[in-house]
Amino acid sequence: MNIHEYQGKSILNSFGVAVQRGLVADTPEEAVEAAKKINETTGSDWFVIKAQIHAGGRGKGGGVKIAKNLDQVKEISSQILGMQLITPQTSAEGKLVSKVLIAEDVYYPGDSEPSEIYMSILLDRATGKVTIMYSTEGGMDIEAVAEKTPELIYKEVINPGLGIQGYQCRKIAFNLGLSGKAFKEMVKFVESLYNAYVGCDASLFEINPVLKTSDDRIIAVDAKVTLDDNALFRHKDYAAMRDLSEEDPTEVEAGEAGLNYVQLDGNVGCMVNGAGLAMATMDIIKLSGGEPANFLDVGGTADAKRVEKAFRIILKDEKVKAILVNIFGGIVRCDRVAQGIVDAYKNIGDINVPIIVRLQGTNAKEGKALIDESGLKVHSAIVLQDAADRVKEVMA
Amino acid sequence: MSVLVNKNSKVIVQGFTGSEGTFHAGQMIEYGTNVVGGVTPGKGGQTHLDKPVFNTVADAVKETGADVTIIFVPPAFAADAILEAADAGIKVIVTITEGIPVNDMVKVKNFIDTLNDCTLIGPNCPGVMTAGEAKVGIMPGFIFKKGTIGIVSKSGTLTYEAVDQITKAGLGQSTAIGIGGDPIIGTTTKEAVQLLMADPDTEGIVMIGEIGGNLEAEAARWIKEHGTKPVVGFIAGVTAPKGRTMGHAGAIVGGDDDTAEAKKKILRECGIHVVDSPAEIGKKMAEVMGVTA
Repeated sequence: MNIHEYQGKSILNSFGVAVQRGLVADTPEEAVEAAKKINETTGSDWFVIKAQIHAGGRGKGGGVKIAKNLDQVKEISSQILGMQLITPQTSAEGKLVSKVLIAEDVYYPGDSEPSEIYMSILLDRATGKVTIMYSTEGGMDIEAVAEKTPELIYKEVINPGLGIQGYQCRKIAFNLGLSGKAFKEMVKFVESLYNAYVGCDASLFEINPVLKTSDDRIIAVDAKVTLDDNALFRHKDYAAMRDLSEEDPTEVEAGEAGLNYVQLDGNVGCMVNGAGLAMATMDIIKLSGGEPANFLDVGGTADAKRVEKAFRIILKDEKVKAILVNIFGGIVRCDRVAQGIVDAYKNIGDINVPIIVRLQGTNAKEGKALIDESGLKVHSAIVLQDAADRVKEVMA
Repeated sequence: MSVLVNKNSKVIVQGFTGSEGTFHAGQMIEYGTNVVGGVTPGKGGQTHLDKPVFNTVADAVKETGADVTIIFVPPAFAADAILEAADAGIKVIVTITEGIPVNDMVKVKNFIDTLNDCTLIGPNCPGVMTAGEAKVGIMPGFIFKKGTIGIVSKSGTLTYEAVDQITKAGLGQSTAIGIGGDPIIGTTTKEAVQLLMADPDTEGIVMIGEIGGNLEAEAARWIKEHGTKPVVGFIAGVTAPKGRTMGHAGAIVGGDDDTAEAKKKILRECGIHVVDSPAEIGKKMAEVMGVTA
């Protein structure tokens, strides 16, 4: 689950990670109030206004701006709130901004130059261990850094049984070229950041940048935090951070019905049991001359209610010209699935696209017979290749 | 022979008396699997499906000599169940449970890897099945036919698809290993392939993968160096968009090297017979083995 920057920072802060201070606001008036409160602690009249959407590259799209007084806080917040923010990571329409984070200015002048560091924590699937990636080249696109100067990216692998050790934190701080107070702060920062990662069951932290301020503080200026959906059962407070407006409404609706659905761009919808077979079915659609319109795993219990819901969701997409249902009945019986399809078809009524149903496994023949005798305009198949050929026919 | 499980395996079921455990344990027994009992904490001393129920895995091992377990316990308690089985000396731990927190599995895998004689299969997998001998999983038994083709797969229904096609192509299966679709799994594609390469009852291998991670590439490179039997490969998800999780928690394209196309290229370079269509797995295997259906 992705969360907003302000939510990510509040989680980090709760684990003792130093973050750029800020308050979230829904309106320009709230933004001004937030700025006043921040001023009470910092004494500074400068603030950063940051659009809160689930996408990176916000600065490039005009979603992050500096305000040098309260009037500007109001003016800039009014501009950003309600805008369709387009960044390299959003779609062409962009995303609606409904919250801004008013944050303290941390690039103030001082005894030393501020410097930006990159740090992320993620699971390295190859080793099965959590890994800290970091670089002196913060504030930039890390993929570009990895391409041009891979030697500037360091990795530290953490033993899950032992957790992060002091020498590892020191190594990181040394590699980042820090000394004195900044060194000590970094050691503490890394340790608390790792503990936050484990403590909140994250699947990704990306802090870009971590800032060394001109007075040698180490703070997280941005926070991209992704939480492990499978662990939300033990973090009810984080589960409440989910922002449904950031998600595709059809995918949300499907999720509530227990269907695993991902919207795609193609013209052939599909409904399958099992994730691997669902992906394979998308690939078959492509090989048969179509483009998959979706990924949809109906799960192990493909009963009439679920099948109907799945049909309704697929049919919402006007680009869909045909639907391929591919069920391998292991535990689930094909005749029951077939009955579900027939019932769903009749309930929905006006299905105008051809439907190809492939049922294989337990009671496949009985299932096929049910479909064939239903009188519905449904093509049936048992062998996967037949289903592929049928898709080819209807797409031709 | 065969690998991991056979007719002599003494199997216990963790989460025995729950609905999933009950249903699938029943199916396993019906297939002829040697299920010797089950574990449900607090229900020790009872009898379920005519088999004894134990409070702990240690009790079950002591009383029955169990060496294989299958785990159906809910995600919140599954990591604990795996560790309990490992601690009790179980040799093969098959974890069906889907949705275990990744950080739990990071710890579990790290621990299991330190043990010399304990193999974890899964989680989030359909289990392990040796045709005609033992079903330690949720795969439909009737599609299997005893034979010489070993199957390694991340996906459940796609495994059934392959099994069914292999049977219809006039071949049969030795052991099918569903390794699971999570980002962290106990036995990797390479390790499963190694087991089948070493098995005298296996003459050909089907390797089914999907987008995300590097397990298939790792297996392919090993096969190129050490493989002694023909391998047919399929990678699902050519049409999957980058950065989206496709059902399985581990099925997500992260970079340029874990797309289906990139994996297929590596597999081909390593001498694996790659099919583009999942409908051609059986046909290709028959062709490679010189069998006509």
